[in-house]
Amino acid sequence: MDWINVILQGILVGGLYAMFAAGLSLIFGVMRLVNIAHGDLIVLAAYVALVTTQTLGIGPLTALIVVVPVMALIGYALQWFVLNRTLGDDLLPPLLVTFGLSVIIQNGLLTLFTADSVKLQAGDIEVATIRLTDGIYVGVLPLLQFAVAVAVIAGLQFIFYRTALGRAFRATADNPEVAQLMGLDNRRVFALAMALSLAVVAIAGVFLAVRANFDPSQGPARLIFGFEAVIIGGLGSLWGTLAGGLILGLAQAIGAHLNPGWQILAGHIAFLVVLAVRPQGLFPKVRT
Amino acid sequence: MSTAMSAAKSVRQNVRVVFGDRSSHIGLALCALIVVALAAAPLWGGRDDLQLLSEMFAYVALASLWNLLAGYAGLVSVGQQAYVGLGAYLLFAFAILAGISPLWAIPLAGIVAGVVAIPVAGLVFRLRGHYFAIGTWIVAEVFRLTASQISVLGGGSGTSLPASMVIAIAPTRQLRDFVEYWIALALVIAILTAIVLLLRSRYGLALKAIRDSEIAARCSGIDVTRTKLLVYIVTACGTAMVGALIFLQKLRISPDAAFSVNDWTAFVIFITVIGGIGRIEGPIVGTIVFFLLRQTLADLGTLYLMMLGLVAILIMLAAPKGIWGLVVARFGFSVFPLERKVVFEELSPARE
Amino acid sequence: MPETPLLTVCDLDAFYGDIQALFGVSLHVALGEAVAVIGANGAGKSALLKSIAGALRTRPEAVVFDGLPIGGLPAHVVAARGIALVPEGRGLFPSLSVEENLLIGGQLKRAGPWTLDRVFELFPVLAERRKFSSTALSGGQQQMVAIGRALMSNPKLLLCDEISLGLAPIVVRDIYARLPAILEHGTAIILVEQDIVQALKAAQRVYCLQEGRVALAGAAKDLSREQIAAAYFGV
Repeated sequence: MDWINVILQGILVGGLYAMFAAGLSLIFGVMRLVNIAHGDLIVLAAYVALVTTQTLGIGPLTALIVVVPVMALIGYALQWFVLNRTLGDDLLPPLLVTFGLSVIIQNGLLTLFTADSVKLQAGDIEVATIRLTDGIYVGVLPLLQFAVAVAVIAGLQFIFYRTALGRAFRATADNPEVAQLMGLDNRRVFALAMALSLAVVAIAGVFLAVRANFDPSQGPARLIFGFEAVIIGGLGSLWGTLAGGLILGLAQAIGAHLNPGWQILAGHIAFLVVLAVRPQGLFPKVRT
Repeated sequence: MSTAMSAAKSVRQNVRVVFGDRSSHIGLALCALIVVALAAAPLWGGRDDLQLLSEMFAYVALASLWNLLAGYAGLVSVGQQAYVGLGAYLLFAFAILAGISPLWAIPLAGIVAGVVAIPVAGLVFRLRGHYFAIGTWIVAEVFRLTASQISVLGGGSGTSLPASMVIAIAPTRQLRDFVEYWIALALVIAILTAIVLLLRSRYGLALKAIRDSEIAARCSGIDVTRTKLLVYIVTACGTAMVGALIFLQKLRISPDAAFSVNDWTAFVIFITVIGGIGRIEGPIVGTIVFFLLRQTLADLGTLYLMMLGLVAILIMLAAPKGIWGLVVARFGFSVFPLERKVVFEELSPARE
Repeated sequence: MPETPLLTVCDLDAFYGDIQALFGVSLHVALGEAVAVIGANGAGKSALLKSIAGALRTRPEAVVFDGLPIGGLPAHVVAARGIALVPEGRGLFPSLSVEENLLIGGQLKRAGPWTLDRVFELFPVLAERRKFSSTALSGGQQQMVAIGRALMSNPKLLLCDEISLGLAPIVVRDIYARLPAILEHGTAIILVEQDIVQALKAAQRVYCLQEGRVALAGAAKDLSREQIAAAYFGV
């Protein structure tokens, strides 16, 4: 009985990790950029949600209406004015610029909000549970979070494979020079991709904020979880990223059950094992 | 190749490869003078001066090693704090558990770290580019979390160096300060020398080729993986020794301090970027700039860190080759030149 | 009365980095005209097309299209103005299906006769394979996709970079047989080719490039084999 609960918890939190990972995976797929500030942007979104709920007096989930467009706009501007200048064959500039960005965001948040941890209150939904069978209860909020994660991944799949925007993303990722010749302005395509990525980050940030305490220093850990989920799942596949998130969540839950101090370490070990045994990930997209 | 040889033979020429020119010889002479002055620091400097200089030496060493890894071998790691912490913990472990004098523990830590680097490389080399960077970070996190589980070395809160071990370095505090300072100076000189020698050897040529085009390098017969592995191991070794020395001087260790991303990676990267990646002088210039900024601005706390981040971003966008890169572009000289020049010398005219 | 040509290239110098590929090249193309640009490897043919299409920087006045200087404009702006390039080696997007490749070509939404259905009419074999990955097609079919993709933007000027490259002669003949249908709609075409035979049959006028310069220019029917060979090889 105990173990079933552990597994359930692991899978549900895995949905959140998949959301951390989805934005990361999208950006790497479209423009071969790994955004080291990704985790810090998730935390930034959480603080934007905090400010929004406090000033407008609305609940966290309603706040999504504000947080998502705000973060998308930040993403567009960030890509257009800063990150587009770093793209090219050399991988140092984007890596170092996003690293610098990470430091700036963390310390900026520290200055504005101090290191005190905070949490968003979502009301009764936080403690509501659903009874599955005897002795097995599932929190409504984690279930909702999982459902949203699946919806986000499905949504991204849809955008990528069934819309003109997704076509533009894939074409530019395949061959930026020819895409440009077809009339696609690369700068705009990349900026839209980053905007989409940060929209996902916004959703992940709000759920993070409701789920547990957060503070400005939590960014790097979110980046690492997202990254581990991407690698475990396999590069190039969004559903693979979901699977990777679930496996990571599961590994952490099992580790925590054995010894609370081992939770995060268990996740890292799962990652390293996959890296050692099957480096291409469990469900990589095979490109012909 | 054969035409050059036959041309040389017909006019009786000697062919050799040299590094450097007049400006670099002057630069090196100046360096020698500076080293002598630094070695004499215990005579003219107080305790604070020695500590500041030791810290600067440590950062020059760490940044030079990171530069070797990232700027020359193309392995951009944001996880070198793994080896700083590893070296430090090995020193404390040797001292507390095996009673080995810290002075011997430093090179020993380097060797062990070099060995540990091999399986680590086996894992992280499976990742490329940006993913490699984050992979190294995760390894550092694993080291940190593991260290905090080792209760005999203080677990999560850390531990101090036992008094008996402290005495083993030198009998008086002043002498200990001098010894630790000289070790720091010797270590940074040794590391810089090793780097220059490595880059001037055929491995250095291989690295240059790999940096330009990995595929072409492979086709030329260069074992890319082995070259990168060698650089990774050497860097791990050096970083661990510096880490061991840093925490020897602090006399206290904890997982968060030993494996701090900020202290051992963020600052190191900023130093190298600002000073100039891919050039030996870069980390030296960067360290000086970094410490100048720190002495003047550190009171600003988080604002200071934000400014560092901003400066690094601006430099990456506007002057990717850093300050020293600008100097070289403008004035064309270098202190540690690595460009190879082929010199033909006439021995004697051929007799027909 | 001579009308202003659709495209005028005037004294064009082009560089790949520090290496100069074109030295003062001049040519013109009229509305609805097919012009061939031939030359050996390295003569500068691709550099010419890239300069026109905006993939290589040039002086603004070096390329005048539809009365406006376009030299140096970014490629996506030039494409919007009505110049479409069929890149050397096809340049298809491997992650996209045949149909998606064509749709990318059409995403500029320029007015004109070319639609997805029209392209499938021109190349019926593609209609059967519309959902296939573009890489699963034969060389000739891939070339058809590349041409169709360019047509989907309803260009006034179509630039074809070595469409016969790597294809069997019968396939090349098949593709060239569709060109009149394209010209019928008033689209001008520049055909860059190493294979002279088809190019000379399809074009009204010919330019021959040799080491970055125009070595010969004239009406296709007026030039003799010997003249062309001399200009081609620089003898």
